[in-house]
Amino acid sequence: MGKTITEKIFDAHLRDTPTPGNMVLDIDVIMCHEITTPIAIMDLMEKGMDRVCDPKRIKAVIDHVTPPKDAKTAMQAKIMREWARRHSIKDFFDIGRNGVCHALFPEKGFIRPGNTVIMGDSHTCTHGAFGAFAAGVGTTDLEVGILKGVCAFRAPRSLKVVVNGMVPKGVYAKDIVLNIIKQLTVNGGTDMVIEFVGPVVEQMDMASRMTLCNMAVEAGATSGVCMPDLVTAQYLWPFIKDKYASPEAAAAEFSRWHSDPDARYERVLEMDVSKLEPQVTFGYKPDNVQDIGEMAGTPVDQIYIGSCTNGRIEDLRVAASIVHGKTIADTVRAILVPATPLVYSQALEEGLLKIFMDSGFCVLNPTCGACLGMSSGVLAEGDVCASTTNRNFSGRMGKGGMVHLMSPASAAAAAITGVITDPRPYLP
Amino acid sequence: MKQFGGPAAFLDRSDINTDEIIPARYLTEISKAALKPHLLEDLHLEGDTFDPRSEEIQNAQVLITRSNFGCGSSREHAVWVLEVNGINMVIAESFARIFRQNMFNCGILAIELKKNDLDRLFKLQGKVTVSVDLDKEQLSVSSDNGASVLCPFSLNPFDKQLIAAGGWLAYADAKY
Ligand code: SF4
Repeated sequence: MGKTITEKIFDAHLRDTPTPGNMVLDIDVIMCHEITTPIAIMDLMEKGMDRVCDPKRIKAVIDHVTPPKDAKTAMQAKIMREWARRHSIKDFFDIGRNGVCHALFPEKGFIRPGNTVIMGDSHTCTHGAFGAFAAGVGTTDLEVGILKGVCAFRAPRSLKVVVNGMVPKGVYAKDIVLNIIKQLTVNGGTDMVIEFVGPVVEQMDMASRMTLCNMAVEAGATSGVCMPDLVTAQYLWPFIKDKYASPEAAAAEFSRWHSDPDARYERVLEMDVSKLEPQVTFGYKPDNVQDIGEMAGTPVDQIYIGSCTNGRIEDLRVAASIVHGKTIADTVRAILVPATPLVYSQALEEGLLKIFMDSGFCVLNPTCGACLGMSSGVLAEGDVCASTTNRNFSGRMGKGGMVHLMSPASAAAAAITGVITDPRPYLP
Repeated sequence: MKQFGGPAAFLDRSDINTDEIIPARYLTEISKAALKPHLLEDLHLEGDTFDPRSEEIQNAQVLITRSNFGCGSSREHAVWVLEVNGINMVIAESFARIFRQNMFNCGILAIELKKNDLDRLFKLQGKVTVSVDLDKEQLSVSSDNGASVLCPFSLNPFDKQLIAAGGWLAYADAKY
C-alpha cells in the first residue's frame, strides 16, 4: 500500500507512538506570534520551565497588532521581544521588519518540503503549500513545541481534491478554495489533511497555492498540502542554491515526498473549474458560498485587501489593475494592507501603492489588523465589509459587522462601485 | 486526579466557533483569569434568547452542545475561558480538532456522543447534572425531575493518558 505525502512526513519525523494511532513527531519549525505566545511564555516562566529546545528552530514575529494599539498589546510585544533576546532567537521580526506570519515566513525560506511545522495559529496550514506538514495548534502544544521540539497528532488521514479544467479569467485561487469549502462544508475536512492536486494546482504559482492551503482549516482540516515541484524549487531557490545543482535537481529530490499513486484517501473530490464563477460568502460561516452574481448590488461600507490569504504582491497587482485610474465609491472606505515589508516595497516600486492611494485607498503597514477585528479597520455594528481575508464569523472583524469573503479582484471591484460586484468587466 | 462532571448547560447549535466562545478582542490578555467575565459573550442561538450571564451558564460545570464545537481559530483562550469558569467537560457530537486537542492538553474532557444519545440529553427537562465514569467510559446524566440517561462513550487511549497526567505539558516534560 502506498503512502500519502503526509504519511511520509510523519514517518520521517516519528519520535514516539504513545498509543496505537497517536504519533509524537519531531518538529522542524516552531513559529510564534504575539497573541498566543506571550501567554505560553508566562506559563512556562511560572512553572520554572522558561527554556527553548533549539533557538534555530523557532521563528517569531509580532504581527497581529503592530505597532501596538494600546498598553496591553505593547506588553504582549515586549514579552515576545525579551523572550527572543533571552533565548538568542535570531529569526525574530519586530516593527519595521515584521509582516503577517504566514506571508513573512515563506518569504524568508523557512519552510521546506517534507518539514513539520507548528504554530499557535489556525492558518499555519498555509505552509502546506511547500509540501510540508504544517498545523495550527493551541498554546499548550506550542509550549511543548518550544520546550521539547515535539508535538502529538493522530495518525493522518487525507482527503484529495483534484482541481481540473481551465481557470476562467477573473477567477482565482480564492474563488476555487471558497467553492471547495462550500462542497466540503465547515467540518468536511475535520481530522484530515486536504491534498490539493490536479493540473490547475500544478500550474499555480506559490502565492495561489498558499491561498488554497490557507483556507483548508475553514473546512475543518488539520492542514492543506500541495506536492513540492519545480514551482516550489524556483520559489525557494535563493535559499537552497548551495544545496542543489539546479532548481530541476531540487524538484527531483522533492518528488520523494509525493503521494504514491496507490495511497489511501478518506475521500476524493474531483472538480472542474472551467465554468466556475467568482465566489463570495454570505452569513457567518465560510461554507456559505455562492456565485458573486447572486449577491451583486449588495451595498458595502468597507473594503479590506490584505491578510495571509490575499495580501501578497500577486494579489495587489490584480487589485491595482482594477482600481487603476478610477476613484473608489464615495460611500465606502477602502483599506490596503500589504502582508509583508517586501510586498510593501515591491508595491511601492511597481507604482501600485500610488494607484491605490490615488483611487482613495488608505495604505497601512503590514499587520493582521482588522482581519481578526483587533485594530486598523475594525467594523462598527451594522457595517458590511468586502474582504480578502479568510473568516466571516460573526464579530470576526468587529462586533455586529458582516464580512463577505472574496478574491482581491472582487474586493477591488466593490471598492469602485460601492456594492458587491462581478469583477470580470473591470479587468483590463 | 481532577474531578469531572457537575451541573450542565445546553447550547443547542452546531458549529459554535472560538470567536463566539471568546471574542478576539480579549486576546490581548496575558492571564487566564482575566478572560473569566467574557465566556460565550458573542454567542447567538436560535431566537436570540441566549444570555451568557444566566444562572444556567454561570453555574455550569458541563456544556452540552451539538456538532463541530470549537471550530475556527486555534486560540486556547477558548478552553481557558471554560476552565476559569469552572467548566471541566464539554459533551458534543463532534469537535474541531484543535479545540479538542486543547481540551485534553489542559487535562479537561471533550466527550463525543452519538447523535441519538445527544438528542436524548437535549430532551431532558429541568436542572441537569452530569457524572462520568472514566474507567467504564460511561456518562450518567440526570435531571432534578427524576429522569436520567446513561450514555457510553469512548476515549482515545492517549487522551486518557493526558487526563491522567493532568495535561500534555506535564506528560511531555516527564517523557521527552
Ligand atoms: S491575517 Fe488574519 S487569518 Fe492571517 S494570521 Fe493574521 S489574523 Fe490570522
